[in-house]
Amino acid sequence: MSERASTAHGFGRALVAVYAVFAVAASARSIFQLITKADEAPFAYALSAVAGVVYVVATYALATDHRRLATATIGFELVGVLTVGVLSLADESLFPDQTVWSDFGSGYGYVPLVLPFVGLWWLLRSRGGHD
Amino acid sequence: MNETVVNAIALLAVAVAAHAAWHTLRDAPFSNPLFYSVAALEVALLGLLIGGSVALGRTDRDVDGVLLVSYLVTIVVIPPAAVLWGIAEKSRWGTGVVVVAMLTTAVLCVRVEQIWDAVRV
Repeated sequence: MSERASTAHGFGRALVAVYAVFAVAASARSIFQLITKADEAPFAYALSAVAGVVYVVATYALATDHRRLATATIGFELVGVLTVGVLSLADESLFPDQTVWSDFGSGYGYVPLVLPFVGLWWLLRSRGGHD
Repeated sequence: MNETVVNAIALLAVAVAAHAAWHTLRDAPFSNPLFYSVAALEVALLGLLIGGSVALGRTDRDVDGVLLVSYLVTIVVIPPAAVLWGIAEKSRWGTGVVVVAMLTTAVLCVRVEQIWDAVRV
């Protein structure tokens, strides 16, 4: 292997697939929510949109081996899911409708909580010479 | 839309995911049998798209039609995309992509049922 593996190959290929699923799921959900019922829960829906953009950019960055961008977006994703997770448990009225990140992503089998850790681990792992 | 049928398709997707995972674990390349499993699932999903659309036209329930059909179409697109993308990856993770895609398909089938039952999620 080359001394610096691409983030898009090997295990990264499967990771990009998971990110792609969430990119589509979160963006489609937010577009649907904003079009059909934007006034019901503007904060939650705006957040869905932000999450969607984060996943789209993270997918792009991982797939094209843009390490810095990937680290930044996945870091943001981690902060996002933790913050929104805590907020949604602390004050339910903030989130009258679900977003990908509410309750630490419980609506999505907690994958949104695990994903940023796996993403950062992969960025570290693929950086060095092993593999 | 018949729930038993949708459940059966979701289970089939899980089975294909297991089949693909078996390849991933054994570091086996994308095989013909796996291709046929995915193809069989794809046929079932096309049936679901057609059947679901027909059922939508006939029902008088309060189903969100746009949402339902967008899910049905997405489900049909996923397996071929996963196969193309998985074959392009030569490591064991090529079939790993198929595992991800099949599990996603199973989850989407469950969501289709919820949308059909007009459960707000």
